[in-house]
Amino acid sequence: MTLTVTDVKRIADLAYIEIDHGEAEAVLTQLTGIFNLIETMQSIDTSSVDPMSHAQSVTQRLRDDEVTETNQRESCQAIAPQVEAGLYLVPKVIE
Amino acid sequence: MNTLLNASLKQLSSHLANKKISSTELTTEFLNRIHELNSQYNAFITVNEEMSLAQAKTADTLLASGRASPLTGIPIAQKDIFCAKGWLTTCGSKMLSNFVSPYDAGVIERFNLIGAVNIGKTNMDEFAMGSSNETSFYGVVRNPWDPLAVPGGSSGGAASAVAARLAPAATGTDTGGSIRQPAALCGISGIKPTYGLVSRYGMIAFASSLDQAGPMAKSAEDLALLLNVMVGFDFRDSTSLQRDAEDYTLDLSKPLDGVRIGLPKEYFAEGMSKDVEAAIETALDEYRKLGAQTVEISLPNTPLSIPVYYVLAPAEASSNLSRFDGVRYGYRAESYSDLGDMYRKTRAQGFGPEVKRRILIGTYVLSHGYYDAYYIKAQKLRRLIAQDFADAYKHCDIIMGPTTPTVAFNLGEKSNDPIQMYLSDIYTSAANLTGLPAMSIPVGFGDKHRPVGLHIIGNYFREAQMLNVAHQYQQATDWHQQSPL
Repeated sequence: MTLTVTDVKRIADLAYIEIDHGEAEAVLTQLTGIFNLIETMQSIDTSSVDPMSHAQSVTQRLRDDEVTETNQRESCQAIAPQVEAGLYLVPKVIE
Repeated sequence: MNTLLNASLKQLSSHLANKKISSTELTTEFLNRIHELNSQYNAFITVNEEMSLAQAKTADTLLASGRASPLTGIPIAQKDIFCAKGWLTTCGSKMLSNFVSPYDAGVIERFNLIGAVNIGKTNMDEFAMGSSNETSFYGVVRNPWDPLAVPGGSSGGAASAVAARLAPAATGTDTGGSIRQPAALCGISGIKPTYGLVSRYGMIAFASSLDQAGPMAKSAEDLALLLNVMVGFDFRDSTSLQRDAEDYTLDLSKPLDGVRIGLPKEYFAEGMSKDVEAAIETALDEYRKLGAQTVEISLPNTPLSIPVYYVLAPAEASSNLSRFDGVRYGYRAESYSDLGDMYRKTRAQGFGPEVKRRILIGTYVLSHGYYDAYYIKAQKLRRLIAQDFADAYKHCDIIMGPTTPTVAFNLGEKSNDPIQMYLSDIYTSAANLTGLPAMSIPVGFGDKHRPVGLHIIGNYFREAQMLNVAHQYQQATDWHQQSPL
């Protein structure tokens, strides 16, 4: 697998991280090295192995559908970058 | 004061119970010490005298009323990854440089409940991503044994604080070795319990299927007392395990006769430096003297744990860290043109290079067309690694080896070479992939008189046995009592 600067820019875009051309080139060198390390995985045959997603094989717990949390709006919004009338403010998305 | 600094938690607890000292006095002593010495080590990001002393006062009331438990009134340094109500909680990042938590993490709640004192929030690699504490937005932490050496990471501030006696004990978190590696490099003891034992609620997530909190302290006995507080079911953590409460101090004094120690041949091979090997071999000789037997075992998939880890951890991180977008809390870029631009600039400015690197790796391995080749492949190999350990435990009770391939490296030595940094997790990351409990205890010194850690990996839920094995060694040796001061 060969990564290109275009790939790096595309990934950064997917991850919502602004990146300029110079940064993308520097990151490309590092990612290429890391992916060379990661590629060593491909040498092992795993066709008969099931994926292991978690350290403990536990099932998700269920609980009664009851309100358990009290309203924390004020304390949560006290640390928000921008709020007004109990709403989080972001740049307008619909004209 | 010196006797207080080097005292065990049991001794401090007995001083408090016998009214030899109050929690307020003890807390003040450590706060003074932090004021005097933190500029040398940079082990703490936030110290809040007023809040710590208020907790000490509450503890003194509990102590006076006879409602105290063993750690009531003891100052504990909390890693800055744990949300603590009213405390700045940065996770080592610019992204959370203004985040005063509106709530307590499960771990913090448990310490508050028994009246322990939060003595401050410790420095760490940004979002716990690093093995040297050099990725922190709040500056590098110094290793108290040698100011030129890294303290390890990501719980580098915690390890440095305990080694420099700025706090009697600390909390850490471990996703690929972040408790054990800094404990080893700073000459202290630390344990990552079985995945699911300690609540992850309010512990800022890095890689959810690998993250586990645990204590860091001077001795195995201290760790047992701390685990007694930290372990317990929390319904707010979907992977928290419901088990009967266990007293981790109960087995400490059991003799080690007949305990079978497995030595993975893959760990005692190329890669471990000579000075580390010498200290580990001496420690194993001590174990044989204590009545344990050593047997060679094999963990054939050991070399895979690094590539598997560096697919799974970044994948989970890229998903977890998508919540940092500048909308509801934390840093927001100063100027932007529209919503997408606000996200992009906020994340570009708020995250440091290592965090961005891992988000990019994770985004890539989860992206369309690569999911099976990387993410699913890594999860399959994860099972093979877990199977290695299951097979090994048919022949031994506990596994030992070095915690790290070398003693602490120099500040700056690996910071520009992520791959070299990642490879230093070779012995530790398998315990996270498998969920097994693992710990590190000091067993001597290597080059430049820098500490060496012995890695002890137990079977699932065998923390009491591991602490017993560590404690018996610490009864026969005094490495754990040595301090750099």
